[in-house]
Amino acid sequence: MTPDLIAFIILALVAIVCAIGMLVSKNAVYSALFLILNFVTIALFYLFLGAPFLAMIQVTVYAGAIMVLFLFVIMLLGVQTLQEDATLKWQRPVAILLGAVLFLETAYIFFARSEQTSTAVTEFRALLASAGNPESAGLMLFNQYLLPFEVTSVLLLVAMIGAIVLTKKEEA
Amino acid sequence: MVPVSYYVALAAILFTMGAIGVLIRRNSIVIFMSIELMLNAANLAFVAFAQAYDAINGQIFVFFVITVAAAEVAVGLALIVAIFRTRQSINVDEINELRG
Repeated sequence: MTPDLIAFIILALVAIVCAIGMLVSKNAVYSALFLILNFVTIALFYLFLGAPFLAMIQVTVYAGAIMVLFLFVIMLLGVQTLQEDATLKWQRPVAILLGAVLFLETAYIFFARSEQTSTAVTEFRALLASAGNPESAGLMLFNQYLLPFEVTSVLLLVAMIGAIVLTKKEEA
Repeated sequence: MVPVSYYVALAAILFTMGAIGVLIRRNSIVIFMSIELMLNAANLAFVAFAQAYDAINGQIFVFFVITVAAAEVAVGLALIVAIFRTRQSINVDEINELRG
């Protein structure tokens, strides 16, 4: 047990418990707060994985901006607690069963078939020996991925206009 | 150094939980949050593989996913607000027709 592994296991437990907390909380505000904690643990995982730039983005954009928007809407609409009596009684057990099947399938695809790709992995590693952080991320973003980056700005503009148009009060 | 497979397993668990959340909850805001959880699980897998393959492309992709998620949240929450205005409810069982 290396210190890294111990830290990983503790953080993973926090992340999973937060996800469960989000699912079972009756109050939507608690769900949002659990989700924020989950996002912060994921930001810490990004730090472990050598991606400090993404960790900061995760905290500012996800845990900050996006979740504040969620909390705003929850409190604005006053829908903290919602009477959740399921119309379809069998939906919950079936959902959990299907979730388990999904997890097993994912596990199978990732782990049962991973042996075949080991040579490709080493070749790929030799090809891309330099991975760094904000600097190399920025270089890649503004060279190889310049067009997607610009398209992203258009997407954000469209989303902004869309949100304004959708929430605008209709004139009677 | 934690093996990549651990991160991928964690990402799979979180993704599954997000999927279950979409299926069992009726509050559309919580369903939306479950979708965010799934996006994050996918991002975690991206970053884990980016490190495993020593390629920064995975991190760039996460950057784009986060941007798209931000746009999606803005529009999605605006839609929820608009639906709440006309139906006075955000229970997905009650929102079963497109016409307001």
